[in-house]
Amino acid sequence: MGAQKKGATARVSEDPEELARHPLQAILLADSFTTKFRPITLERPKVLLPLVNIPMINYTLAWLESAGVEEVFVFCCAHSKQVIGYLESSEWSSQPNFSVTTIESHNSISAGDALRLIYERNVIHGDFVLISGDTVSNMSLTQALQEHKDRRKKDANAIMTMVVKQSKPSPITQQSRLGTDELFMAINPVTKQLLYYEDKAEYSKGFISLDKTLIADNPSVILHNDKQDCYIDICSQEVLSLFTDNFDYQHLRRHFVKGLLVDDIMGYKIFTHEIHSSYAARIDNFRSYDTISKDIIQRWTYPFVPDVLCGSSAIKVERQGTYRASDVTLSRSAQLGSFIFIGQGTKIGNDTKISHSVIGERCTIGSNVTIEGSYIWNNVTIEDGCQLRNAIVCDGVILKSGAVLQPGVILSFKVVVGQQFVVPAYSKVSLLQQPTQQDSDEELEYADSTSGTGELRSDKLNGDIAPDLSETASELGTGGVGYIWKVFEGAYDEEWRHSVAPIPTDKLVKLMLDRDEDEELLTQDGNVISASGELKTVSDGNGSEDDDNEDSRDDYVSFEKEVEATFLRAVHENVKVDLAVLEVNALRLSYNMASVDCGGAIFYSMMKLAVESPHNSASELHRNAADIVTTWQKLLKSFLHDIDEEIEVILKFEEMCLESAKEFAALFPQILHLLYDKEILHEDAILRWADEKEGADESDKVFLKRSEKFIQWLREAEEEEEEEDE
Amino acid sequence: MDFQVVVLAGGNSKNLTPLVSKELPKPLLPVANCPVLNYVLHQLEQSNLKDLIVVVEGEDTALLVGAWISGTFIDRLHVEIAAVPEDIGTAGALRAISHHLTAKDILVVSGDLVSDVPPGALAATHRRHDAAVTTMLCSIPVSGPLESGSSGGKDKAKKLGRYNIIGLDPSKQFLLHIATEIEKDARISKRILHAVGQMEMRSDLMDAHMYAFKRSVLQEVLDIKDTFQSLKEDVLPYLVRSQLKSEALLNRTPQGEENSNEKVSSQNNQAFISRILANASTPSFHGLYSENPDGSSSTRKTHKCCVYIASSSSYCVRLNSIQAFMDINRDVTGDADHLLSPNNIIGPSPKLGTKTTVGPNCRLGEGSEMGDKCQVKRSIIGRHCRIGSHVKAVNSVVMNHVTIGDGCIIQGSVICSNVQLQERVVLKDCQVGAGFVVTAGSEYKAESLAKKEK
Repeated sequence: MGAQKKGATARVSEDPEELARHPLQAILLADSFTTKFRPITLERPKVLLPLVNIPMINYTLAWLESAGVEEVFVFCCAHSKQVIGYLESSEWSSQPNFSVTTIESHNSISAGDALRLIYERNVIHGDFVLISGDTVSNMSLTQALQEHKDRRKKDANAIMTMVVKQSKPSPITQQSRLGTDELFMAINPVTKQLLYYEDKAEYSKGFISLDKTLIADNPSVILHNDKQDCYIDICSQEVLSLFTDNFDYQHLRRHFVKGLLVDDIMGYKIFTHEIHSSYAARIDNFRSYDTISKDIIQRWTYPFVPDVLCGSSAIKVERQGTYRASDVTLSRSAQLGSFIFIGQGTKIGNDTKISHSVIGERCTIGSNVTIEGSYIWNNVTIEDGCQLRNAIVCDGVILKSGAVLQPGVILSFKVVVGQQFVVPAYSKVSLLQQPTQQDSDEELEYADSTSGTGELRSDKLNGDIAPDLSETASELGTGGVGYIWKVFEGAYDEEWRHSVAPIPTDKLVKLMLDRDEDEELLTQDGNVISASGELKTVSDGNGSEDDDNEDSRDDYVSFEKEVEATFLRAVHENVKVDLAVLEVNALRLSYNMASVDCGGAIFYSMMKLAVESPHNSASELHRNAADIVTTWQKLLKSFLHDIDEEIEVILKFEEMCLESAKEFAALFPQILHLLYDKEILHEDAILRWADEKEGADESDKVFLKRSEKFIQWLREAEEEEEEEDE
Repeated sequence: MDFQVVVLAGGNSKNLTPLVSKELPKPLLPVANCPVLNYVLHQLEQSNLKDLIVVVEGEDTALLVGAWISGTFIDRLHVEIAAVPEDIGTAGALRAISHHLTAKDILVVSGDLVSDVPPGALAATHRRHDAAVTTMLCSIPVSGPLESGSSGGKDKAKKLGRYNIIGLDPSKQFLLHIATEIEKDARISKRILHAVGQMEMRSDLMDAHMYAFKRSVLQEVLDIKDTFQSLKEDVLPYLVRSQLKSEALLNRTPQGEENSNEKVSSQNNQAFISRILANASTPSFHGLYSENPDGSSSTRKTHKCCVYIASSSSYCVRLNSIQAFMDINRDVTGDADHLLSPNNIIGPSPKLGTKTTVGPNCRLGEGSEMGDKCQVKRSIIGRHCRIGSHVKAVNSVVMNHVTIGDGCIIQGSVICSNVQLQERVVLKDCQVGAGFVVTAGSEYKAESLAKKEK
């Protein structure tokens, strides 16, 4: 393992000044905070899962070491004891120029939590590499680091450099290769600044929305659908403090990157570094596990390939990409196809056919077995006549004779499949029962098995619980042990996306067609396109405006409800007027309403209360209203600062009389008078309202007519006043 | 070349009042003493595109323009004049003359384009790609935004709002997205991104209003979409949007071709998927899309929308505002003087009084007379003008038969034909409409003076 290290350190130390200041550090997240590798990850952390017979974390650590990183902080949460135990016993704990420190947490549920914890520890002193423990790469960091540092010198806001790699466009290739969703990025071609990032593609949205200022600021922006995010980030210290400042950042991409891109106050910038010839990919799901395993076997990741990484333990590479440990017992009649890996101490029986597969150590494989595109870990027993296609088989599994694994099957630790039993496609089988309650928050990985408990449980399983299992053995045929996990509702269709099995052809075609249908909808629906301003026909323009209005109306309705609830609470609990004012004000701010709306809404709630309080006659209703208005006049007044707001109240009242509280219709002039008496409405407002209504339709003037007398009186009073003034 | 050229020359442009009038329609507006239409026609002639239809608004305009063209370009160009009603838009104008279009490809060019980009280059690009539409893009001129008046680049966002957002493929040959405004956020279809992988969004290019269309496509779009008014805002975006899915278009593909496609489509299915899985490179995204993945009966049709990007050093401005008129006049006599075609003959030297100086970048028309101690800087004086003594003209355009009294000072103004400026008139950033009389001693700043319409 030390062989390639010398070359790498020599490369990095070309810049002695930088190195002298602080050693290059890295944060390795040994927890992916997802549940994609369940049920396997219930018992073993993802980073320790064997990837071509070597735990994943070894690939990551070996790369970090070769890339010139000197200090790695391994953050572990789920099964942290296992990770720590592994690292302590491995050679990583005793490397001379490469220190691996573990940071343990028991309650982190996201990458954000992890980074906040690391910030508290205060161990990072400069730029660092942020990577998760399931990343395989052989890129050189020198250039990316240099670019990052140069940018930092010019612009202190350039706090992060993301590594991206060219891939083929179209969601189909991304889906078929790494099983990830398609990714859209907008990058400034000159500065390489990242301007837009969308990874959770919403299929309902057939378009990307770029902010206009973004285009105004960058004369040229390149939109990419053909880049793959390698999840290798070079970060400055600020990144950690940003996570601490924004305690709601959880996900590195979905929250942090998008948060920075949207936030234009702080002005932090993210840049990209594109790699061309080197390899970098992250194992996100079973499909990428499959793809990356194949890449490793085909040596794209050189020097991080099994024969180099294992060093002395004799693994020989033979023709057609066959890796074979020295002491494999192989029957003469066994047929080994291309691109296979066979670990130490494995025995393979007669007429067994193996191709495109990885078989771990000390496995026993019987005769007439067919294994294609499968990953078989250590100590697995496969009896005669079994057939495996595109399956993952964990440690200690026993396949009784004649068992068949259909494509996409995952067998977790120590599962036993009964004789002649056919495990249906995409099944996930484990000794552990499926957590009955699916955590609503998908971010939680291993939510129900924090560090250590997983191990504990599996130990128990061997002893005490095992007998119980026999009852359920029917699930896996006679003599079978394990539970077949049920697929959650709705997720069934999605199984094939992330499965280890290749995507069936019909699904691929469907995927293509789906996308086209989306598009068809989009093109047919003129509105969607017109919103981009491409097509300016009258009807389209109206369409989008209506939408806007709709939104604001909805907002207003819910605002009104909230105000009403607040008001009722104030009445029932005798809340002080000042406090009620405060509460309404808070509501106003949160709904982004004007104070005009508050006045209307409060008045509405008051009148509604009056109507809803028991009353037998119109006069009682009037008294009710008068009582409420008198008690809460201060509340109402505090939102009626000018004449417009007062008019709004009158209009609101009119609306009520017409629609929701017709009982008031008869009392309209009286209530108006009442409001005038209480100095809630001033005569200017009433008169202005009357003037405005003058020109309205007849039907609109109903209430004006009813209150004609009152208004007449007001006008006269005004004239009198004026006369007096003279 | 089997190209038919349609010059959309327009008529009375509201943006250019009071410079244009019934007697002087926009196509004949003089730029450096030469009608603006001349610049386009000259370029077309240079590119050997000689089969022209000049579309103007209104019969009166048609007569005026026709007379001028037959006088100037007789025997050199084969020109038809077509009059269309006003306010039917560029697409409407094309619809109106649709039956005149016979050639395989149609080049549509705006009559107010002052440019040194050869139209032949656009036509060649169009032919090379066998495109449905090819549009010419040019860099935003250095002389500042045309339409935002003299405010310069003060408000960047506002300035950009006038231009286009243009999406190009990596080879910069295909037009993938076009939006004419950025008031709203730009929305880019993911479908096209899937097809092409990466798209460059440019906001520093503008549509120069020179397009080459495949005639069949153009006529079909105009037929089907009878609400389309503008080429730039309706027809072009429609074509760009539907380029990967043009059922409505190209229905006229020969039947035989379609049948042969059907046969291969089922084989394509397998090949197509294996190609995707193998991450093989595809020659062109249009090609990829025209293959049908599900092998169903109809083969998807695509058409290409191409661009021709003029080099950044070339000159390309549309005369569509007064500011543009000033800019073009200045540029044509200054930096871009190669645009002046040889037939822009300068007659016998005008008569100058004593101590009168005419600076560089000026142009004086034939038969004009100037009195003593006049100063002319960066200005254009038309034919047969009579200019008194002590007159100062800076950054201005004076058209024909203008009389300027003694002691006038004209700065950054346009004086139309037959205007009379009496003594000591001071004009700054003004436009004076044809036949107007400015009384002695008056001063105007940033005003538009014109006779009341009778």
